[in-house]
Amino acid sequence: MVTEQQVWDALAEIPDPEIPVISLVDLGVIRSVDVSRDQVRVEFTPTFLGCPALEVMRDAMAERIAALGVQPDVQVISDDSWSTDRITPAGREKLRASGFAPPAPRELGGPKLVQLQSNAFRCPYCGSQDTALENIFGPTPCRSVRYCRSCRQPFEQFKTI
Amino acid sequence: MNAQALLEIADDELILGWRNSEWTGIAPLLEEDVAFSSIAQNEIGHARAWYELAARELGTTADELAFDRQPDEYRCSTLVQLRLVPDWARTIARHCVYERSDQARIEALKQSEDAEVAGLAAKIDREEAYHRMHAEMWSERLKDEPRFSAALEELEPLFDVRDEHVPEFAALWEEMTMVRRSVAGATW
Repeated sequence: MVTEQQVWDALAEIPDPEIPVISLVDLGVIRSVDVSRDQVRVEFTPTFLGCPALEVMRDAMAERIAALGVQPDVQVISDDSWSTDRITPAGREKLRASGFAPPAPRELGGPKLVQLQSNAFRCPYCGSQDTALENIFGPTPCRSVRYCRSCRQPFEQFKTI
Repeated sequence: MNAQALLEIADDELILGWRNSEWTGIAPLLEEDVAFSSIAQNEIGHARAWYELAARELGTTADELAFDRQPDEYRCSTLVQLRLVPDWARTIARHCVYERSDQARIEALKQSEDAEVAGLAAKIDREEAYHRMHAEMWSERLKDEPRFSAALEELEPLFDVRDEHVPEFAALWEEMTMVRRSVAGATW
């Protein structure tokens, strides 16, 4: 029989399909793992609802659990429990190291335009806070595009949700 | 929550997603090409989540609700049906009107006694905050443009109009349902 820890370890090896430097566990999308005699139930919270990576993540989890020799039961929970605050400290550091600025902590009432237009965001390459909003939207639903005036490098900023 | 009310929201988000995606490749600025494509993707994702809730009550599937109904069965607002390409002023005006009306609707849904509806509305609200910021940015930029003001005046009353389909809705429906109508039970 597999243990809960073995399941978490297996899930920690699944990369995010769009940002492969971080795993699904780093991303904080796995809400619970429940091991019974011959079945493993995983509750999974989507990040952005329109993200095409969701199906890939769900199937990858099922495949990984099946490889442990147990029946997977992956439940997608579309409630309000996922926020970018769930990304782990290790996940945030991996994002930054690969050129994605990690999300700012979510404040009460959520993000505001005036914040995005401020210089509170740090360039993941040189660390400067002299950065400007180029586009609220980016190549995937979870990212905005910013520009670092200090090292003159555009970069992707994980949206806070 | 009653399935017809869920369909109203899902249809709004699906059809607006289609209309927004019509800017992909031809928006007046590259940044807006990215923005409208991304907003379209979000709206269609939200539509799917609402259709899934409605489908469970109606004993069907989200795809069947989205693509297998007849044009006159769609309950979307007239506001989202209009084809506004290539008119940027009216597109931004619709964006502003829709996001404002949708915000009021989401706030009400977040208070729903149905925990699933309330949870989904709260999740969607986190994403919609970015659509609202984008609308706010453009509204600020265009506020002194007479064409933009005229468009706001024209479009504002349309969010609550749901009992008619504008002529150009037929062409959208034709295109959107083409694969499903050509190959029964198609999956991808």
